[in-house]
Amino acid sequence: MTDAAVHAVNADLRAQTRLSGRQICKSFGSAQVLFDVSIDLKAGEVHALLGENGAGKSTLVKILSGYHQPTSGALLLDDAPVEFHDSEVAESHGVILIHQELNLAEQLTVEENIFLGREIKRGWFLDKTTMRLEAKKLLDQLQCDVDPRTRIRDLSVSDRQMVEIAKALSKKAEILILDEPTAVLTGREVDILFDQIKRLRDQGVAILYISHKLDEIKAIADRVTVLRDGRHITTEPVAGLEKDDMARLMVGRDIKQMFPDRAPGHAGDIALSVRNLSVDGQVRDASFDLRRGEVLGFAGIVGAGRTALMEAIIGLRERSAGTIERNGAPVTIKDLQDAKNCGIAYLTKDRKGSGLLLNMDMRPNLTLLALEKFGRVIIDRKAEEAALEAAIEAFDIRAADRKSKVGDFSGGNQQKLLLAKVMETDPEIVIIDEPTRGIDIGTKSQIYHFIGDLTNRGKSVILLSSEMPEMLGLSDRIAVMAAGRITGILEGNDRNEHEIMRHATGISGKQGVSVHE
Amino acid sequence: MNSLERTEASSSSRFQIDFKALGPFLALVALFVLGAAINDAFLSGGNLANIFTRAAFIGIIAVGATFVITAGGIDLSVGSMAAFISGAMIVVMNTLVATLGAGIETVLIGVLLSVVLGVAAGAVNGLVSTKGKIEAFIVTLGTMGIYRSLVTYMADGGTLSLDFEMRGVYRPVYYGDVLGIPVPVIVFFAVAVAGYVLLNMTPFGRKCFAIGSNEQVARYSAIHVDRVKTLTYVIQGLCVSLATIIYVPRLGSASSSTGVLWELEAIAAVIIGGTMLKGGYGRIWGTVVGAIMLTTIGNILNLTDAISNYLNGAVQGLIIIVAVFLQRGDWRRKKSK
Ligand SMILES: Nc1ncnc2c1ncn2[C@@H]1O[C@H](COP(=O)(O)OP(=O)(O)OP(=O)(O)O)[C@@H](O)[C@H]1O
Ligand SMILES: [Mg+2]
Repeated sequence: MTDAAVHAVNADLRAQTRLSGRQICKSFGSAQVLFDVSIDLKAGEVHALLGENGAGKSTLVKILSGYHQPTSGALLLDDAPVEFHDSEVAESHGVILIHQELNLAEQLTVEENIFLGREIKRGWFLDKTTMRLEAKKLLDQLQCDVDPRTRIRDLSVSDRQMVEIAKALSKKAEILILDEPTAVLTGREVDILFDQIKRLRDQGVAILYISHKLDEIKAIADRVTVLRDGRHITTEPVAGLEKDDMARLMVGRDIKQMFPDRAPGHAGDIALSVRNLSVDGQVRDASFDLRRGEVLGFAGIVGAGRTALMEAIIGLRERSAGTIERNGAPVTIKDLQDAKNCGIAYLTKDRKGSGLLLNMDMRPNLTLLALEKFGRVIIDRKAEEAALEAAIEAFDIRAADRKSKVGDFSGGNQQKLLLAKVMETDPEIVIIDEPTRGIDIGTKSQIYHFIGDLTNRGKSVILLSSEMPEMLGLSDRIAVMAAGRITGILEGNDRNEHEIMRHATGISGKQGVSVHE
Repeated sequence: MNSLERTEASSSSRFQIDFKALGPFLALVALFVLGAAINDAFLSGGNLANIFTRAAFIGIIAVGATFVITAGGIDLSVGSMAAFISGAMIVVMNTLVATLGAGIETVLIGVLLSVVLGVAAGAVNGLVSTKGKIEAFIVTLGTMGIYRSLVTYMADGGTLSLDFEMRGVYRPVYYGDVLGIPVPVIVFFAVAVAGYVLLNMTPFGRKCFAIGSNEQVARYSAIHVDRVKTLTYVIQGLCVSLATIIYVPRLGSASSSTGVLWELEAIAAVIIGGTMLKGGYGRIWGTVVGAIMLTTIGNILNLTDAISNYLNGAVQGLIIIVAVFLQRGDWRRKKSK
């Protein structure tokens, strides 16, 4: 059957509303995060949910899938009222949510995770062979060549996300909700995911899709619902909307300038130089200079060794060779403490795993990296509170309740807090790894301007990003890595996507080394 | 803490927090009411002094355990460590009586030895588990066996007894009092206050919380994780040594059965007090209350015929399980709200 024919067959199915939320309100303690939100999910349709960080998207979909209970409002399944007391009830009705945060048991294998709680049995025993075959089939469908016997903790984040998706597919969803599935995926993986989403849509599955990437919404969604500050703003067909329109609906104002202005020739003396740095099996002979007041981008495909190089510079990874100079003088950096003393700070891309203490509130998180500033013998709580006050102001952190755990924060607010935490050490050089993963467009712009401010004040920034517009919009120069080597440093007119790709794939520039894991 | 902010917090969550913090205290009050109802002698000054003096041993050790557990570790060796240290103290002091005589100097040397051994034993636990990257459970299970067999070896399978004359000199450390308050209680209180300040008000304590919550985040926050963790074991060793210094004059002897199951009582006191066994959250005052509770249960059983004294362990075990259950119930409510 052709695509068109499938569409036609499902035309009657299509109009059918499967799951709807009516006038949903939700409060956490005294903070209300959803106000009278209604939404309809129709069979055979991809419905996108848009909104700034903290707008309440995740909260809404958790209510739709039984993870949270609404404070008021109702759910309708096929026009009949239902109550999802927990996620199991929702799943038994075919409502499956892929969470924004990965929800895998790290110690278990891929196949064990996929069938967790739904193990296939033969008699009293687990039928491991069948489960392995099934798992393999699901992964093949996603063109993901991960061995089902691998433990989750040994997988990259993007592979983990693919496992999450495989798990959801195995549950035979009728209503599939994906909360920012692509935040950690590579371009190719996104394409594969979209193929699967289209396949399910054509089978009549109702799909709700959350993403901050407006291109994706344009590409995959039929209708879009926009939330702002917990309120329903609009629901309309995607066809009539441009990206700018969506951004305006989300933020409630025009985003005039996404990136800060960059005055040419503002870079000053050399602040940091790295010479012939190597990390066994990951980085080979990397050398570069970073000037005062400049943003030096680092581009490259996943596994090119960018994060390894940065972690080696700040002493989190062992160097097998190489020297580092600050302002022309050699320095020894053996651990993060040394790096901090040299005025170098590192913003991790894994804000939940290595950035923030999710079970604590903002204050201890903010001051953890710069603790000695708040007292060497006794911590000065007043000073901490004052610093928190200032950080909330400077970074526009919006937390409903200052005492709530940062694990409950929206991604954007976590990212701003992480930025604030790193800036507490008052660094001269900031290494930022993926600053806007899972961040809404308004906050992105805020973070970009913040980076611009830093360089205007004479600080230097190293930027690692997989988002090309970000790389091009922020960087003065772009170093490209491939297979552990810096294959070129692009300046001026060479700073374009084409050149970056040529260097990243090793067509241009120095030959890379073969990298063994 | 900022009082204004407290009032701003939602009333429902404030109630929960208060309840959680007060839980162990309320349970202790209930136990005291029960004790008083069962036997008039319970509230007599002598009996109360007895309870607090006995609670001091476990309590001092448990304060150390609070650090270890808050930072995500565990120390099973404390009971054996106490036995080993008391054995070593007795042997050395008995030997010194011949040359130095039974005087204060001999006691001081014994005390010094105890501190050195406690710190060293703690450092061994800490360094082996951090540098050797072996789980603390396994390391301290190993040292638990080692310390215990060392004392058995020193005593040649029997009992080491402190020189009779020495006992007279050393006695006030346990039986003495200042303004009517028994010395062990004063030491206990001092250790608790110091522990509270260290855990809640200093960078070191903050780092313990951070490591127990997420080691990776702690590492990325420029915290020397291994160093801090090792220090928690050293603090634990120091606390064991202090408890032993008080303990030796009471019994005047050490054998292979000294300090058996103290590790469990210490961990129980910590858990009853609301510290999370998986780390990341610790409460010294809770631990203090937990230790007093455990001793009070034994004391009440002594004063009544309703339950055999031999069932002391069973009742304690029950209380521990109930305490943890109540705590978990609390987490549950929080999650599903
Ligand atoms: N369990 C919770 N307890 C308290 N507050 C919460 C909880 N979960 C979410 N919130 C708050 O509710 C608001 C909405 O959060 P939600 O996660 O739904 O936002 P989001 O639109 O998904 O944002 P993002 O794009 O960053 O994922 C935020 O202010 C958040 O801090
Ligand atoms: Mg979300």
